[in-house]
Amino acid sequence: MLDLQGIAKHFGGVHAVDGVDLTVKRGEILGLIGPNGSGKSTIVNLVSGLFPLTSGRILFEGDDISDLPSHARVGLGIARTFQNIRLFGQLSVWQNLWVAQNSRQQRQEVFFKRWFGGSAGVQAEIERTLEFFDLAHKRHELAANLSFGEQRRLEFARAISARPNLLLLDEPAAGMNAEEVDQLDARIRKMRDDGFTVLLIEHHVELVMSVADRIAVLNFGRKIAEGPPAAVQDDAAVREAYLGTR
Amino acid sequence: MDFYLGLAQVIGVHTLLGLSAYCVLLTGQVSLAQAAFFAVGAYVAAILTVIFKWHLFAALGVSAVVSGLTACAVGFPALRVKGLMLVVATLAFGEAVRLFFFNFTYQIQAGELKIGPHGAEGFRQIRYFPEHGWSTFDVLMFIWLMVAIVMACLWWLDQSRAGAVMRAVGEDEVAAHSSGINVTAVKVLAMTIGGVIAGIGGGIFAHYTTHIEHVQFGVILATFAIAYPILGGLSNVFGTLLAVIFIQGFLIEGLRFLGDWRNLLFGALIVLAMNLRPRGFLDAGGVASLKRMLFAGKESSGA
Repeated sequence: MLDLQGIAKHFGGVHAVDGVDLTVKRGEILGLIGPNGSGKSTIVNLVSGLFPLTSGRILFEGDDISDLPSHARVGLGIARTFQNIRLFGQLSVWQNLWVAQNSRQQRQEVFFKRWFGGSAGVQAEIERTLEFFDLAHKRHELAANLSFGEQRRLEFARAISARPNLLLLDEPAAGMNAEEVDQLDARIRKMRDDGFTVLLIEHHVELVMSVADRIAVLNFGRKIAEGPPAAVQDDAAVREAYLGTR
Repeated sequence: MDFYLGLAQVIGVHTLLGLSAYCVLLTGQVSLAQAAFFAVGAYVAAILTVIFKWHLFAALGVSAVVSGLTACAVGFPALRVKGLMLVVATLAFGEAVRLFFFNFTYQIQAGELKIGPHGAEGFRQIRYFPEHGWSTFDVLMFIWLMVAIVMACLWWLDQSRAGAVMRAVGEDEVAAHSSGINVTAVKVLAMTIGGVIAGIGGGIFAHYTTHIEHVQFGVILATFAIAYPILGGLSNVFGTLLAVIFIQGFLIEGLRFLGDWRNLLFGALIVLAMNLRPRGFLDAGGVASLKRMLFAGKESSGA
């Protein structure tokens, strides 16, 4: 579904991502781990189009999307969350989800309904999303007034609102307590069962090992290992770079 | 009595100017070009009624369109820059427009007189209202009708998804991009709507003052334009109206008896107001508690 071909991103002399090949298959959860500064978030930023590639190409469903702007990639079905939460703080919870209705199907809705009315279908969809993320009782609350965990959930919900096929989660468990991580674990599994493909970046190794179907490991902008969780866990290079030796 | 009618006219026209900046500010852009769009509207409308003898409504329609197009054209290059750079870019554009009208002469002979804009002397004899028998009161009613229409449209826009999208862009452009919003299109659109509103306001301004010249459309006016919505708060259109009444009605006219002390107090009171209400007179929190007070117990509807 997503095919990264030798992508690289250099910031001046810093090679944040240095020729990574990575494939995410339809319907899988791919975990991406690695030490701080190894280029994980940069990959998410490149795939979501926040900044241009230095070299390489990005294929999505077989099409080259390397030069598309961010918002167009969302239309094709790539949505993301941010490591440091970025909500629309002075908008209500409901509005945060409302503005994110930007999938290809949603774009084809009648102009007037899309921008001014809000059809019954859209309303029902937002209600379902609120329900799934346990935010329905907060719908009129300003996003800035939510608790940390609620803000994380809302950001997740906002990413889902554009009906993506591929979901990029950038450290969704950062700052969460054990109970919230368990809920997140369950939600990610449910997403996969619903047919989403997920690229999960996470430092919470337990979570990644538990939900991911495959794991890729980055170090200094290069991929050093890839495979099923058990194999990656036993890989000598990965232990050396990230997990630590016993 | 005439004094109050005149003041009410000033407040009405400045509300239009403030609303044009409000619309642009919603998307997080600080534009000092609103006075220039106002000037374009003023000159275009006045030329059409004075030289081409058009009906006022048609002239206002055209001035709105011309101002809107100007704003749209400014929007594309200017919006590539952000924050302070945008302020500087729009300021430069505003000055360019002012200097254009400083040098702009286009006059025709009408009997004894030459009429039309005449460079630094300005554009005199915009006598549409007296020639067509509009009393001061008629003019006042017309101004406030336009204010009401524009406010109603913006209010409706605010409640719609389009309004939420504009605010989302103002909150966080990166997040808006990543949520699938075409940020550039939204910003240029907001600029265009702001231009249309400023064009209408400028057109009316030219006709009730009967005399316009380039100095009226300088940096001071541009600063007032953005001061209104910032002081009033961006949660809804009434904040801007409140701020115009506060500044024009209270600070400028109400404190006139203080003489030179007024200017001192003027600045101090604005600073005080911004300290007491950093998000403006009407912020989201204030509106929420107001709603709770007014509709206690009633569950407000969705969206």
